[in-house]
Amino acid sequence: MGSPMKIRAAVKDGVTEVKVLMQHDMETGLRKDAAGAVIPAWFITELTAKHNGRVVLEAQFGTAVSKNPYLVFRFKGGAKGDKVTVSWKDNKDDSRSDEVEIAEKA
Amino acid sequence: MKTSRMLLALTLAAPLSVFAADEDRSAEEIAKYREMISDGNPAELDEMRGEEVWKTPAGSNKATLEKCDLGKGPGVVKGAYAELPRYFPDTKRVQDLESRLLTCMTTLQGIPEADIVKAPFSTEKKKSDIEAVVAYVAGQSRGMKMAVSLKHPKAKEAYEIGKRIFYYRAGPYDFACATCHSENGRRIRLQDLPNLTTNIGAQRTYTVWPAYRVSQGLFRSFQWRLNDCFRQQRFPEPVYGSELTVALTMFLAANANDAKYDGPGLKR
Repeated sequence: MGSPMKIRAAVKDGVTEVKVLMQHDMETGLRKDAAGAVIPAWFITELTAKHNGRVVLEAQFGTAVSKNPYLVFRFKGGAKGDKVTVSWKDNKDDSRSDEVEIAEKA
Repeated sequence: MKTSRMLLALTLAAPLSVFAADEDRSAEEIAKYREMISDGNPAELDEMRGEEVWKTPAGSNKATLEKCDLGKGPGVVKGAYAELPRYFPDTKRVQDLESRLLTCMTTLQGIPEADIVKAPFSTEKKKSDIEAVVAYVAGQSRGMKMAVSLKHPKAKEAYEIGKRIFYYRAGPYDFACATCHSENGRRIRLQDLPNLTTNIGAQRTYTVWPAYRVSQGLFRSFQWRLNDCFRQQRFPEPVYGSELTVALTMFLAANANDAKYDGPGLKR
């Protein structure tokens, strides 16, 4: 199982802003190690975000996304206390899912 | 003749002013870039991991670090970093966060000091536990005022030793920390070098370390920062948590007093 994400979600005027910081090496498969051997590609392929079980964002990631990706998105709706779940899958069939409650935005 | 001289003067002056404007603009752009990335600082992931390490039993004693006294009582993490380094009566010496964590890990958890000291810094292959704890503890002082006390004679002594080290010229390049860090407006390539002898310079620098280094993709502790400074000066690298590193940290931390602690930071 992957390392935990850091997720923050806050609602203001009916729009929820979600900030996700993922922990992942995101190897492109183009780098070589000190011995000259290729470091195999290892990256997040799919990401899904749900609000109370409803899909609000689906994304396909590739090798162009940086190490420890940071993603910000907004969706309409959401109330304080609702659940936002973010999950990803990578090309080694590893996955991770984390959940937060929506907070009120100051 | 006269016109040509004037032309020459103009052509000489023009590139200079353009260069100055460029420099201002690039500094502005860098500031903008820093602001953009400051939100998703991956150091937060290390803070999360550090909290786990703090609460996970380890070593031959199967103990956690939760009883570790960072100067504000056993287990008090909030605000501890803003007051470090400080004098600790139990060890009878001045300690920074990292040498204090060494004490806690050896006495509370029973991990041999040599095991930690031989590889205290993260590499791409293996992340360091102690560095993660540094991230966690430092993060718990975010927004607090730097308040390092020099009241204890040992603390004052450490500050004076640190100052001596800062100005001490040695090595094949006859270098000192002060060679690069005691004048305003200096830089190496595109990196502005802070003047650490002034309060404002020390404050700006000290309050954003430890930090996540984007170019290395790793979180770096303050001991690592000092180690790398010594390496760049072609000095032998100091022993982790040694008196020398603590004294130098004391000098810089006390110079940064009264500023708001804003770390862990994000560096290029």
